[in-house]
Amino acid sequence: MEGVSVNYYIGLSAILFIIGVLGVLVRRNALVIFMSIELMLNAANLAFVAFSSVNNSLDGQIFVFFIMTVAAAEVAVGLALIVAIFRTKKSIDVDQINLLKG
Amino acid sequence: MTTDLILFLILAAVAIATAVGMLLSRNAVYSALFLVLNFSTVAVFYLLLGAPFIAITQVTVYAGAIMVLFLFVIMLLGTDELPERTVLPWQKPMAVFLAVVLMVEGVYLILTQKTPGLINNAPTESTGSPQAIGNLLFDQYLLPFEVTSILLLVAMVGAIVLTNKEKKGGQS
Repeated sequence: MEGVSVNYYIGLSAILFIIGVLGVLVRRNALVIFMSIELMLNAANLAFVAFSSVNNSLDGQIFVFFIMTVAAAEVAVGLALIVAIFRTKKSIDVDQINLLKG
Repeated sequence: MTTDLILFLILAAVAIATAVGMLLSRNAVYSALFLVLNFSTVAVFYLLLGAPFIAITQVTVYAGAIMVLFLFVIMLLGTDELPERTVLPWQKPMAVFLAVVLMVEGVYLILTQKTPGLINNAPTESTGSPQAIGNLLFDQYLLPFEVTSILLLVAMVGAIVLTNKEKKGGQS
């Protein structure tokens, strides 16, 4: 059985990452921005696992494990921040969060 | 075209389509559901790459726990749809243009690399079975593992402190 070139996986990972970047730049909903960040982390994970597979090494999969943990912690704190911001501003539109603007 | 390549292309099309769907959905609930589908597709990629443990972790942690948390907050806040306002009218076309430039650059660089490396779907000794991952995790990566536990504890305390309503005496 013939395999798939690792370049394809890295290319797919890059495309998913850029879609995530675009989501952060374009969308105004703070929750959707968070989801885009998750998408970017996921693209990085895909690249890690692809390299791990092509190098016959498990270290990449361990890194993915740690990235997942960090992502879970980030989501817990980030969603708590969004809830706290929503309590004071009654909105999660990032254009309206401008208290620090001079 | 081998069957591996066809399978990869179909899955890649699904992954990109769901990512774009997440990006374009007006409703945040639809975005979250598209993202669940995207995570599941990436889990299938992990299975193809010989990482079954990571694939199952992906489904349970990402598609399960994290996205349920997202959906819970979306529905708790009731802000699934925001009115479209444009503070910076030039920002959106600029972002799309720059992202397309970045994508063309990246894909060109990756596809012109001469790195050999075919990914075989046949299971090898590097298959990330739970036993192999556990041996590595508790042997070579024990210190990062323990640091991770502290990180999770700090995140949990932080989330509780942030969402706790301030008692009297606190400012605002």
